[in-house]
Amino acid sequence: MFKLISQRVALGLLTLLLASALIFLGVEALPGDLASKLLANNATPENLAALRLELGLDRPMLVRYWEWLSHMLQGDFGASLSNKRAIIGDLGPRALNTFFLAGYAAVIAVPLAVALGIIAAIRQGGIFDRLVNVVTLFSISVPEFFIGYVLVMLLAVKIRLFPVLSNVTPDTDFMQRLYLTFLPMATMVMVVVAHMMRMTRASVLAVMASPYIEMAILKGLPKWRIVVQHALPNALAPILNVVALNLAYLIVGVVVVEVVFVYPGMGQWIVDSVSKKDLPVVQACGMIFAAVFITLNILADVLAIISNPRLRHPR
Amino acid sequence: MMWSRRMDAGLLVPDLLEKNMTQWEALQRAAHEHRIGRREFLRGAAALGITSAMATATLSKAGYADEPKKGGTLRLGISGGSTTDSLDPITYNNSTAVNVGYQIFNGLIEIDEKQNAVPELLESWEVKPGAKEWIFNIRQGVTFHNGKSLTAEDILYSINRNRGKDSKSPIAGSLADVADLTKVDDHQIRFTLNNGNADFLYVLADFHLLVVPDGFTDWSKPIGTGAFKFSEWQPGVRSSSKRNENYWKSGRGFVDNVELTVIAEPAARMNALISGQVDVIDRVDKKAVDLLKTASTVSLLQSPAGWHGIMAMMLDKAPYNNKELRLALRYALDREQVLQTLFNGYGSVANDHPVPSFDPFFNSELPQWAYDADKAAFHFKKAGLSGAKIELSASDAAFVGAVDMALLLQASARKAGIDMQVKKEPADGYWDNVWLKAPFSISYWNGRPAATELLGIPYKSDAAWNETHWHNEAFDKLLANAKAETDTAKRKTYIWEMQRMLHDDGGALIPVFSDFLDGYSVKVKGQSPHTTFDLCNSRVCEKVWLES
Repeated sequence: MFKLISQRVALGLLTLLLASALIFLGVEALPGDLASKLLANNATPENLAALRLELGLDRPMLVRYWEWLSHMLQGDFGASLSNKRAIIGDLGPRALNTFFLAGYAAVIAVPLAVALGIIAAIRQGGIFDRLVNVVTLFSISVPEFFIGYVLVMLLAVKIRLFPVLSNVTPDTDFMQRLYLTFLPMATMVMVVVAHMMRMTRASVLAVMASPYIEMAILKGLPKWRIVVQHALPNALAPILNVVALNLAYLIVGVVVVEVVFVYPGMGQWIVDSVSKKDLPVVQACGMIFAAVFITLNILADVLAIISNPRLRHPR
Repeated sequence: MMWSRRMDAGLLVPDLLEKNMTQWEALQRAAHEHRIGRREFLRGAAALGITSAMATATLSKAGYADEPKKGGTLRLGISGGSTTDSLDPITYNNSTAVNVGYQIFNGLIEIDEKQNAVPELLESWEVKPGAKEWIFNIRQGVTFHNGKSLTAEDILYSINRNRGKDSKSPIAGSLADVADLTKVDDHQIRFTLNNGNADFLYVLADFHLLVVPDGFTDWSKPIGTGAFKFSEWQPGVRSSSKRNENYWKSGRGFVDNVELTVIAEPAARMNALISGQVDVIDRVDKKAVDLLKTASTVSLLQSPAGWHGIMAMMLDKAPYNNKELRLALRYALDREQVLQTLFNGYGSVANDHPVPSFDPFFNSELPQWAYDADKAAFHFKKAGLSGAKIELSASDAAFVGAVDMALLLQASARKAGIDMQVKKEPADGYWDNVWLKAPFSISYWNGRPAATELLGIPYKSDAAWNETHWHNEAFDKLLANAKAETDTAKRKTYIWEMQRMLHDDGGALIPVFSDFLDGYSVKVKGQSPHTTFDLCNSRVCEKVWLES
């Protein structure tokens, strides 16, 4: 067990290193550089050259990558090239905001999705099942900015229950934060619930077709007990995987929601930095996102192993 | 905030002469359209025998409050801030940075609503004949937020950072003409220019020249002489500042706090204004502006401006070196359609030169180019270019709507039998790899208060940004003459002729000038249209006050 986990972690770190090289190469392959993007149509050959020299962009790509990597290995994120601010100082509050919103949405979305999935499985083919299916299919089919704007229009402009802007600051207290981020949270919940709920329903139903469930039915157990006690534990592995995937999405896929609600998370930061090619910032954000993805995947694997006796005690 | 002329007319005293009444109506209209100031209006009303109570009532209806009030927090929602921004003035390249800059710092020269250059930190000046030598007196008694007094050293430092070969400043090019800048004494400086420039004051009004203390480099805690003291800044997210109790400028700086939030999405900006979460927004989406008009808590401010998109043909590259082809494209461009479709009518039709109609040196006698499919087809045939590749490079990196503008030209040209392609270039690297390189490409220019700059920066033979490769000795000579001349009538003949040359023969297709649209909460008072840039030329924070 320990060996298995440490193997996964080591592989995860290797993936992280590869990701950093890929991100660097990918951004480097885009046309233009930071100097030409900052000066845009104010560029002349002279001021471009002066700015490139100041930013250190005149040096070869590998030198810059190694410089970044060696600092990174010592835990130094470096400074943004464009405004010279220490990345760690800006990263802290932004990452916190992103994780807060993701956590807020997850706390609501995961139990909701699993519960809805189970109820839909119990009432398979009934009105409730069909209604939940249609609503969640709808919410997963429309783009998230659309859901966001509909919520804004209804709950912030027509009925002024919630604010249009979720402009939290580091001083915002917890309750105020919950209130300010309610609409983006609701948007994200609507986006991720469908996927998890449908997977829960499908895997529970798949298990329900097995002979031991038939046995339980013949024994005369009530349906809810069959589902929760007998079917669910065996349906858990695929559910956990989908939950992990969606949790990762809540962190790395929220750029659009951040823009709609003007929420200062990491999404807008990485978009700005990619479009300006401010590499140290892109790398820092990329590392965080990759780490989140890898960690959640390892976690899902480990939990799947724990939940399955056959994997827990391999022969 | 509807203003009804009929209602006011009903209140008029019966024995008012009919002539006075017309004048009174004209005066009211002028006030309503903010063409005249509050004081001017009151003086005019008194001369017509209007009671002061009635005049004041009209003023407040027209958006002039009685007296500026101190206090309150002004909340701005601004487009175009980026997480890569810095508060170092020489790096400013978007509205957010410039707005925060004007809260904290002062400029050398201010441009007023009528495009005049008026004193700011440079209090008075003297120009020697030929406009090559300029001597400026520095305003005395001004202190920075840290208590240090403003001296010539601070001014020299702030300017010199933008000068020289190794400067990374975007305006290093326009300051290249400064041969020498010296300190005369603690409160006087002298510029010597290589070539005379009567419009040099406008060069000095640039926001990259905002004044910082001598040797200052800590841009995380900027110190200036402005109406507001810096308190917090998160690039691309928000900024906040507090009123400077010792601000030197009278009649400016009323609100206690300014909070700025970067709201990139036009719809989010509009919703924030309607729901009262911010008091001021910039760049109201022209296609959705009617939604704002129905909101009773919001007022719009429209400023005619010199911003223009441009489709630039290089005059030394085939097939664009063919004058008949250029003529054909001028006739094939449906300017009115571009104005209506892309700008919802908020702008004015342009005439293939960069000087807008409100500029004092606008050539009003040039015939207006207009869409004419027959003439376009005629000239295209005359050009003898059937089968030649006409390809316009476009990207929304130039400006939002650039690709649509190119497609509109393509569609209207097709109706005249001209086959041209639109090449959609990637947004990344557009300014680097396409602009100034592709023979026919799209870009934009902001308006400038001096016609010689509008004409000189993109069209002088040796200009770094000469997109159209317009190399014309006669034009250069006229430009030099116009700059060196201080007599307005003579300058006008030169500047008119330059516009005519570009209009007839230039490589630029300039369809429209776009207006600026700001949105304000009705409790914000004191703002007025400014042709140079939106939000009162970025000085909205020090100009406005809040009615409770």
